[in-house]
Amino acid sequence: MPDRTNLIYEYDGSFDGLLCCVFESYTRRERPMDIRPEGQGEATLFPIRQICSDAAHAQRVWRSVERLGKEMAYLVSRAFLYGLEGKELAIWRLIAMGYKYGGEVVHMLGEEAVSQVQHMVRAVGNEAHLQLEFLRFSQYEGGLASVIGPKHYILPLMSEHFCRRYSEERFLIHDRTHGLALVYQPYQAALIQAEEIALPGAREDERFYRRLWKGYYDAIGIEARENPVCRRTHMPMRFWPYMTEFQPEEGPAAWPAFPSAPPQPLLREWDG
Amino acid sequence: MELLDKLRILADAAKYDVACTSSGVDREGGPGGIGSAVSCGICHSFAADGRCISLLKVLQSNACVYDCKYCVNRRSNDTPRATFDPRELADLTIQFYRRNYIEGLFLSSGVVKTPDYTCELMIRTLELLRNEYRFRGYIHAKAIPGADDALLRKIGYLADRMSVNIELPSQSSLALLAPDKSKTDILRPMGFIRSGIRENSSDLVRYRHAPAFAPAGQSTQMIVGATPDTDYQILNLTQSLYRKYKLKRVFFSAYTPIVSDRLLPALTTKPPLLREHRLYQADWLLRFYGFDASELLDEAHPDFNPVLDPKCNWAVNHMEQFPVEINTAPYDMLLRVPGIGVKSAKRIWEARRVSSLDFAGLKKIGVVLKRAQYFITCGGRMAEGLKITESGVLNALVSERSASFLPQNRPEQLSLFQPEAVTGEDVKKCLTGQI
Repeated sequence: MPDRTNLIYEYDGSFDGLLCCVFESYTRRERPMDIRPEGQGEATLFPIRQICSDAAHAQRVWRSVERLGKEMAYLVSRAFLYGLEGKELAIWRLIAMGYKYGGEVVHMLGEEAVSQVQHMVRAVGNEAHLQLEFLRFSQYEGGLASVIGPKHYILPLMSEHFCRRYSEERFLIHDRTHGLALVYQPYQAALIQAEEIALPGAREDERFYRRLWKGYYDAIGIEARENPVCRRTHMPMRFWPYMTEFQPEEGPAAWPAFPSAPPQPLLREWDG
Repeated sequence: MELLDKLRILADAAKYDVACTSSGVDREGGPGGIGSAVSCGICHSFAADGRCISLLKVLQSNACVYDCKYCVNRRSNDTPRATFDPRELADLTIQFYRRNYIEGLFLSSGVVKTPDYTCELMIRTLELLRNEYRFRGYIHAKAIPGADDALLRKIGYLADRMSVNIELPSQSSLALLAPDKSKTDILRPMGFIRSGIRENSSDLVRYRHAPAFAPAGQSTQMIVGATPDTDYQILNLTQSLYRKYKLKRVFFSAYTPIVSDRLLPALTTKPPLLREHRLYQADWLLRFYGFDASELLDEAHPDFNPVLDPKCNWAVNHMEQFPVEINTAPYDMLLRVPGIGVKSAKRIWEARRVSSLDFAGLKKIGVVLKRAQYFITCGGRMAEGLKITESGVLNALVSERSASFLPQNRPEQLSLFQPEAVTGEDVKKCLTGQI
């Protein structure tokens, strides 16, 4: 394969699309300088190649990844949930290394290509765990509802936990960042696209429990041991606007603004 | 009384109990009932003091008949009293749980009337939760010292974790500050719970659906700094509790003066947070790093070094065992390198099977070299460009927080004369723990 070209690949943002980028780069024997979803990133003078998704090609690549071992398939599919820039090229490099040296590469933690993907996978897993902790439901007429604003695409990772735990409830979790919602009613769950969901004001019984929780939260801290740094380390402040204990009793007046434009919705057929 | 006031009073009274973990048991959720438990535990919030809030931690009642000197709820203290009705508390737990505020209930209590009566109140609450609401979340219950065995057994089958607080680390301190309790009062229920867990584990082998007795084990807590007991005594007691009573956790609580008494430290005393921190560090070394209490402290050095953490302290006193070669050292030796924890050691273990590691590689797998670099070699070499100067080593080994204890960083009176510089002698003293 020739050394670095100055080509940029653009794909449709789906997992299949990314696998097709791998397919194209190998059939054309070229090494993309960057891979990015359509309509994102700054305008560039470098040549761009549009990669069209093709289910058959994607499937061939996915099978070849699976042949490199369970760990490899896990890393590739988990890393795709990473919500910040740069995941595509990192995944491409990991797969390329796998083709060259075999599935064992996943253990070569000292290699840049591997450690970068491992780092992304850890970031996704960590955020999913934190969000399980800090998510808060409110009771409405039709069931429980919650709004979250995660960096990564973690809703699929959280769904099983909540569906099993609250199996007799009806609930909704809205991911504002990615414009997605998890909807559950006894024994069936669905992931749907939802840009904005308007929730009604809190009823009196809901306010009552919010008041109790805020009262409890204030009572349980020991003043003589106050330690704001420790609290922030364990509970990053970006979660606070979504948590009952930091909201006024009637609910937040407005949700926090995003640091930049929210990423495109990532709904896909493929199921990891 | 309003529910909110009751909750405030009974949470306030329970806040000095340290344990708020929801770990040690896996229970699937599913149709019918509510809840599940995850063995790694889930924290749901962090209070202003930085401690995790995982469980709804309250007392059933704070109307206690005992008069332990260190306790806020002692009979002779003038404080508002409240008692939860079992149904009220069970409802509250479920409503908090549904909103994902908490992982379950931590139920303790002051002794109302008699220990048996108190236990019965607690059992009523737990039965409502488990049987009526079919609650599968986490429950941590306190065993009330002096209660009947049959009642303790009943609690054990309802709760996931049980605990009995030792509170004071020696018989003499106990006699002084908690005249209504004795060492045997505390150790008896502990032994009872241990044998309950042991019997139950053999039942579970025989019958798959035998009800589980405290499946997440038992824990305890000790107050640090209310009495003159040394770190050495506390750590030894901790180790023997892990070994003899098979405890899952021993918690330490820096004594916060809340009541004044001539037998207790003055109300203005700050809680000894650093000492508590050092004890937890040592506790981790006992549980996960294969250290023995006698390696960390001995009679000649009965207290922890305030400047260095216990692992670093051990390492600088055993320099003959270093440097360690990263690519060949056995796993338990990797664990003894300051700056390398369980996660890093496992990653090194995994990575070096495929290819040998150098310092750049270590950094990439996430090993923090700040402290470790002084104790390791990669392929026979020390880190490149590493200068071993006294101030450099000292700054690397000492955390920012404890750096304020070093002579050059202490606040001092302005003087016309040159302050004495830190000498090599000082550094050596500091490292070997003579400070």
